[in-house]
Amino acid sequence: MRMTDRLVPVLIAIALVMFVRAPFLLATAPYEASMGVVSKIFYFHVPAAMTMFVTAFVCGIASVVYVIRRSRLADHVAVAAAELAVLFGLIVLVTGPLWARKAWGVWWQWDARLTMTLVMWMVFVAYLLLRRFGGPGSEMLAAVVSVFGMALVPFVYWSVNLWRTMHPTTNVLPSLPGSMLRPFLWCLTAFLCFYAALLLTRVRLEASRAALDDAFAAREE
Amino acid sequence: MTAILRTAWLVARKDLMVEARSRELAYTTLFFAMACLLVFAFGFVRGDGRAPDDAAAGILWVTVVFSGTLALGRAFERERSGETLRALLLAPVERAAIYLGKLLALIVLIVGVEVIIVPVVGLLFSAPVGRAPWMLLGLLASGTIGFAAVGTLFAAMLVRAQSRDVLLPIVLYPIVVPMVIGGVRGTVAIFAAEPNLALAEAWLGILVFFDAVFLTLALWTFAPVMSE
Repeated sequence: MRMTDRLVPVLIAIALVMFVRAPFLLATAPYEASMGVVSKIFYFHVPAAMTMFVTAFVCGIASVVYVIRRSRLADHVAVAAAELAVLFGLIVLVTGPLWARKAWGVWWQWDARLTMTLVMWMVFVAYLLLRRFGGPGSEMLAAVVSVFGMALVPFVYWSVNLWRTMHPTTNVLPSLPGSMLRPFLWCLTAFLCFYAALLLTRVRLEASRAALDDAFAAREE
Repeated sequence: MTAILRTAWLVARKDLMVEARSRELAYTTLFFAMACLLVFAFGFVRGDGRAPDDAAAGILWVTVVFSGTLALGRAFERERSGETLRALLLAPVERAAIYLGKLLALIVLIVGVEVIIVPVVGLLFSAPVGRAPWMLLGLLASGTIGFAAVGTLFAAMLVRAQSRDVLLPIVLYPIVVPMVIGGVRGTVAIFAAEPNLALAEAWLGILVFFDAVFLTLALWTFAPVMSE
C-alpha cells in the first residue's frame, strides 16, 4: 500500500502535464480529409474507449478472484474499476455522438459497436446499483454480474464483423500516419496514467471505508 | 453425473407439481404476455390496421423476455415466502443439481407460454410462424435456455437482497442482450418476405454458443453465491 500511495501523485503529475500538452499536439496534427476539425474528437474518444475496456477487464478479473478466493482486496479493486468503467464509458458515450452527428448525420446509430458499448456501460451501472441498493451480501451478487458482463466483451468485437456496422473498425489504428499516431499514443498514455491514479486512490478509499465499517461493527458488539 | 441429473429432475418435478396444483405462474404469466401483445399492438400497428413487417419478431421476443422475467421473480418469491429455499439448500445434494432443477422447471413454464403466444403473434400480426417451424423452435428453445440460465441464477441470488423486484430486470436485461439480438435477428430472417434460413442458422449458432457460456458460468457461480 505504501508504494502505491507514493505512486499516485507521480501518476497524476504525469497525466496533468500530458493533458495540458495534448491540445497543442492535436492542434498541429493534420486534419482528416473529410471530417475537418471534428475528427480530433478521435484523440479523446478512442483512448477513453480503450481505458473502458481495460477497466472492464480489471473489474471482471477482480470479480473472478473474489468469487473464488473471497479476497476483500479483489472486491475493493472490482468496485473501483466498475465506477471508473461507468465514468470512462460516459466520456465515450458523450464524445461518440458529437462525432457521429457530423460524420453520419445522426446522434446515435443502432450499430453493433455502439450497441454493445452501451450494453457494457449498462452492465456496470447495474453492478453499481446492485451494490448500492442490494443490501448486505450484495458484493458477491455484483461480482457474479461482473463476471457475466466480462463474458459479453468478446461478443462486442465479434459482433462488429458479423453485424452491420458503420463504426470505423479496429484496423483503422495501425493504418494511421505517424503524424496522427503520435498524438494519439500521447493521449492514450495520459488517459491510462490518469486511470491508474484514480483506480489506486479509489481502492485505497474503499479499503479505508471497509476498515471503518469493521471498526464500527466491532464497537457495536 | 446421473445422480446430479436425477436430483435435478426431482427438484424440477417438485416445482412443476406445485405449479400444476396452483397454476398461479402459468395463468398470470400467460395473461401478462397477452397484455404485452395488446400494448405492442397500440405501439406498432399503423392506420391501415397492420403492423410493420419486421415488428412481429421483435414483439414476440420482447413479450417472451417480459413475461419470463415475471415468472422468474414469482418462482423464487414463492420459495422465499415459504422459507423453503433454505430447506432446499440444506438438503445434502449438489448445489448444481438444485440450480439445474429450478432452471428446468422454469424452461418448461416459459416454453409452455411460448407455445401459446407464438400462434397468437402469427394470428394478430400476420407473421408466417409456420414457414420454418423447426428453425423457429430452435431459436426459441436456445434463446429461452440462455435467458432462463442467467435469470434463474440472478433470481436465486437476489432472493435475500433488498428491492429485488426492481434489481432483477436491471441486472438481467443488459446481460441477456445477446439472446434478444440473436433471437430477434434470426426470427426476422425467417419472417422476412424473402426468408434467409442460412442467416437464421448463423444466429442459432450464436445462441447455442451463448447458452453454453452462460450455463457454464451459472453452474460455476451458483454454489459460491448461494453458500452465504
